[in-house]
Amino acid sequence: MEKLEEEKWDLEIKPQNHLFELHLADVWRYRDLLGLLVRRDFVSFYKQTILGPLWFFIQPLFTTIIYTFVFGSLAGISTDGLPQPLFYMAGITAWNYFADCLTKTSTVFKDNSNIFGKVYFPRLIMPLSIVVSNLVRFGVQMLLFLLLMGVYYLNGAHFTITPYIFLFPLLVILMALQGLGLGMLITAMTTKYRDLAFLVTFGVQLLMYATTVIYPLSSAIIKYPEYAWMIEYNPMTPIIEGFRLGFLGEGSFTWTSLGYVTLVSLALTFFGLVIFNKVEKTFVDTV
Amino acid sequence: MGVAIKVENLSKAYQLGEIGTGTLSNDLKRWAYKVRGKEDPFLKIGETNDRTTKGESNMVWSLKDINFEIEQGDAVGIIGRNGAGKSTLLKILSRVTSPTTGSVKVKGRVASLLEVGTGFHPELTGRENIFLNGAILGMRKAEIKKHFDAIVDFAGVERYIDTPVKRYSSGMYVRLAFAVAAHLESEILVVDEVLAVGDAEFQKKCLGKMNDVSKGEGRTILFVSHNLTAVETLCNNGILLNSGFLETSGAVEKVVKNYINLSSTSTRSIEFNSITNPIGNSKIRILTASVELAEGEPESTIIDINSKINLKFTVLNFTNDSVISVGYDLKTLKGDTIFGSGKKFIIPSNQETELTCHLPGNFLNDDVYSVNIYFHTQTMSGLYAKNELLIFEVKDIERETGYLGKVNGFIRTNFAWSVKELSRP
Repeated sequence: MEKLEEEKWDLEIKPQNHLFELHLADVWRYRDLLGLLVRRDFVSFYKQTILGPLWFFIQPLFTTIIYTFVFGSLAGISTDGLPQPLFYMAGITAWNYFADCLTKTSTVFKDNSNIFGKVYFPRLIMPLSIVVSNLVRFGVQMLLFLLLMGVYYLNGAHFTITPYIFLFPLLVILMALQGLGLGMLITAMTTKYRDLAFLVTFGVQLLMYATTVIYPLSSAIIKYPEYAWMIEYNPMTPIIEGFRLGFLGEGSFTWTSLGYVTLVSLALTFFGLVIFNKVEKTFVDTV
Repeated sequence: MGVAIKVENLSKAYQLGEIGTGTLSNDLKRWAYKVRGKEDPFLKIGETNDRTTKGESNMVWSLKDINFEIEQGDAVGIIGRNGAGKSTLLKILSRVTSPTTGSVKVKGRVASLLEVGTGFHPELTGRENIFLNGAILGMRKAEIKKHFDAIVDFAGVERYIDTPVKRYSSGMYVRLAFAVAAHLESEILVVDEVLAVGDAEFQKKCLGKMNDVSKGEGRTILFVSHNLTAVETLCNNGILLNSGFLETSGAVEKVVKNYINLSSTSTRSIEFNSITNPIGNSKIRILTASVELAEGEPESTIIDINSKINLKFTVLNFTNDSVISVGYDLKTLKGDTIFGSGKKFIIPSNQETELTCHLPGNFLNDDVYSVNIYFHTQTMSGLYAKNELLIFEVKDIERETGYLGKVNGFIRTNFAWSVKELSRP
């Protein structure tokens, strides 16, 4: 009898759990917290600002105007025959979602060390809440993009919506997974090696130029046939190309590239999860 | 009732000094050892956590081979000096950090309260923060809804519930935060010195609530505090930690007594003349500090309850301002402050100055006292502060009353009494 009772422990705290024990059931138990954190991000973002949620529009709008001026008019980079503002905004909207997920996730341990040091909840909730918060923001910016599409359509601009548009949800998920996975890898490593944090801020900017945000893949292939593979193998490129193909009808997108991106995204997420999970147990002592 | 928490061979090592710079090579070396299945070369077994001596390795054991069991429904006080490992133990129990070796087995849900108001966001309203904080502490939305009215009522913030908490007074803030935690539905509650905040009335309310939780609802409580009085009233069992080792565990009275004995080694005088081991900072330095019997007292090494004593401090002022406010708190080892005393002094820059505070006889009761000293500028911005600068014991040698127990109270007066025979016609 005594023996039997001894076995029934609800929780066992041990030095190091198995590498692949990810506590995903725990994350599900805390799903309410996820919702509340997303809400907190929103409310705190526009409380005491004059323009409130309008800020979500201002950033992509101004970036689009500047890109149109600099890259479109001054540099004269091709946009595959699409109206320049539409072309840039498509790229910016999608890229921003990935970049926001990545940069915010990559500082999650540092930003939350105070809470993490005081109370236990599945740490994964924090990066997940970032991805979801940004998803709402992305949704708002998508509305702006659709609005701009409408304006151009009424003015008789030339673009077509293709059936690839149905890939949109999948593309968003893949972007989120890439941002999440890469961000988790980086945040886990920055708890020990701080210099990685500096890398992220300007690395993301550089990475944008290696992605087809301000130019189409087709013209990169024509101009630099021997280096274009670097852009093609960048897992964000097929997503942005697919996004443009779906909404605007122009973009070099293949099913092979989609398969490749899916694999990369899943691998990144998996490794990110494993490393994140390993670090979360002791990071309080080192951060 | 069965065992709620079982701790076996629990140890925790911390790395001292810089972490992250220059340790990449060490990390690789350690990894190489681990791959070959050898023991970590940077963990030296047998070194204890003693702050005052320099260890050989830069790893230190904050907890070492701790074993204990806690029964369901017990209220256990964890006591020990600063750095004894109390907080580390709580952190492991609340899963904030993981142990280096050993294990903890737990039956039931653990809610930990290492700080009140974790995750409170100043921009959110009281209502929003109740939900957020509750969820962070592990409650489901439905649970919070169920207790919402009780929480608001306990905190007494009904009027402000839809106001952002940044507009709350600090007292309201703390009350709300504690109220959320007090209504957690968990079998085990782990509480760190949260009672050190809030006013006396609220502290009483918190203690009362915790008492209800442990005695009335049969939940298990682990409570860390420096306030031994609170530990004694709240807990039935105690665990005494000393430099990472478990010193005693058992009935709370026994453990508290043990702790007082352990820490009553008094430091009546200290001297810090050597520049290699100074006490102070770039603004204020304390060269000597002592508790001495006043002039005219009989020659003795013991301070008696009727001795007049002087607290003497020799200080150096490195600031350009010569007016320095110096004050100290006199505390008992149980954590109660007897009094605070302070004054503004002219302390010329770079000039050794002696300050003396004269305490009358028949004033302090027999107990062990510690002196916490503070230095401020004229405008009360902090210059330097040192806790437990001096520790001394006041003894009661001859008892005139014939009562052998300790005389109640913080102070021991010798007020005049008079007696008059009233004649009745």
